[in-house]
Amino acid sequence: MSFLLPETGLLFWMLISFGIVFFILRKYGFPVITSMIDERKKFIDDALLNAKAANEKLASVEEQSRKILENANAEQVRILREAVAVRENIIKEAQEKAEVESGRIIAVAREQINQEKEEALRDIRAQVAELSISIAEKVIRKELADNKERDNYMNTLIDEAFSTDKSQE
Amino acid sequence: MKGVRYIFVLFLLLLSGYAGAAEKSSAPEKVDVKKIIFEHVKDTYEWHITTVGEKHVSISLPVILYSSRTGWELFSSSVFHEEDNYKGFYISYLGDNEGKIVELDENGAERRPLLDLSITKTVLSVFVNALLLIVIVLCTARWYRHHKPENGAPRGFVGIMEVLITMVVDDIIKPNVGKNYKKYTPYLLTAFFFIFLSNLMGLLPIFPGGANVTGNIAVTFALALCTFIAVNFFGNKEYYKEIFWPDVPSFLKVPVPMMPLIELFGVFVKPFALTIRLFANILAGHTVILAFVCIIFITMSVSTYIGTAMTFVSVVFTIFMNVLEFLVAFIQAFVFTMLSSVFIGLSQPEHHDSKH
Repeated sequence: MSFLLPETGLLFWMLISFGIVFFILRKYGFPVITSMIDERKKFIDDALLNAKAANEKLASVEEQSRKILENANAEQVRILREAVAVRENIIKEAQEKAEVESGRIIAVAREQINQEKEEALRDIRAQVAELSISIAEKVIRKELADNKERDNYMNTLIDEAFSTDKSQE
Repeated sequence: MKGVRYIFVLFLLLLSGYAGAAEKSSAPEKVDVKKIIFEHVKDTYEWHITTVGEKHVSISLPVILYSSRTGWELFSSSVFHEEDNYKGFYISYLGDNEGKIVELDENGAERRPLLDLSITKTVLSVFVNALLLIVIVLCTARWYRHHKPENGAPRGFVGIMEVLITMVVDDIIKPNVGKNYKKYTPYLLTAFFFIFLSNLMGLLPIFPGGANVTGNIAVTFALALCTFIAVNFFGNKEYYKEIFWPDVPSFLKVPVPMMPLIELFGVFVKPFALTIRLFANILAGHTVILAFVCIIFITMSVSTYIGTAMTFVSVVFTIFMNVLEFLVAFIQAFVFTMLSSVFIGLSQPEHHDSKH
């Protein structure tokens, strides 16, 4: 039966040594280990969550960039189309303006030419008149002797003058 | 495969040689199996390691006594090698105190000294195991101090410790203790590793191991006492209400407090269940292994041929038992920790639990 009776001495030493072991391990041993394991567990969980969030973020960023690219493409097409329209517009306007300007310049030039022509004609007429007067003076001085011939000649001249006036009008 | 066979044959030869030698010395006397086994599993005042020829190799341990006759006494147990009686103390060979130091009282009757705090084989073993446990756990903790959670999980020995600790915490403590488990984790882990280490050390056949630590009722009683303290000193109000005023019909508790008595009885039975279970399992394991080893010596004393044949059988069975005991070493540590967790968990009932 001595097996079933706890020895006082052994009980005493066992309680003391187990107590010491317990206090040392409680202070320096197990809490360090368990808290670190818990921390690592938390770290891994956090890392998994972060990775998931990062993946989601990445997906959304990709989506965004895709959208931005699409928008940019559309914008580019629109701008190009506008540019083409503007260019064509400008060219058309320039052409129209040039046509108007050239028409105007031509009209001015024509008027000037007409005026100059008029002036030249007036000069010529004046000179012709002077010449014809001087010629007439000379003819009169020469032909005064012969009245008859002079009358004929005068008539002829007047007729001619009339006919030239008529043809000119 | 070939090498294994050679080793096996050599092993058998060696064993038969030893067995022959044993037969020579023990031929005249009958092999007392009970005595051999009891000598191995019982506590002694010296640590007998081996016997080479006629010479006993053993470690003498200090004896610390307090007797009403002489007061405090401190001497080495080796004094009993030279003389049987030292200052009136001697080791009893018969009766209830067999193997214990006794003295004679005034009437000439044998009695134990008032206090016997000797460092016996089991006590020394407890010290060795305690020291080893501290070293192992502090070395493990050192690794954790020098690493950050980002460094990843440990490898090697620390990895094994982490697996065990995580197993005990997640599979035993958390589900059984409940939400206050953090407070009890260090105690339960200490108990688990102390028992597991002691069990394993008990399986080692030579010096630092081999002692029957957890198969000694004082050791298991001390452990159960710690659980008892953890359960009853830190139990909450609900726990004590359930003991002294349980939710049963009033006639079971008013005139005669029957249920409270049964509950109170249960409080003290629980640590005994812990004590006996661990103690009996480990003691039985040691006894069976020793019995298988003893088969060699019994059959050798009958016939050398049968003995040689039985040596083989015995070695196979002993190996089997050692493997089984390795399993038992773990299971008993597991069961002790689990039962302690359950008892602690029962001492922390939730408020709503008592209302259904």
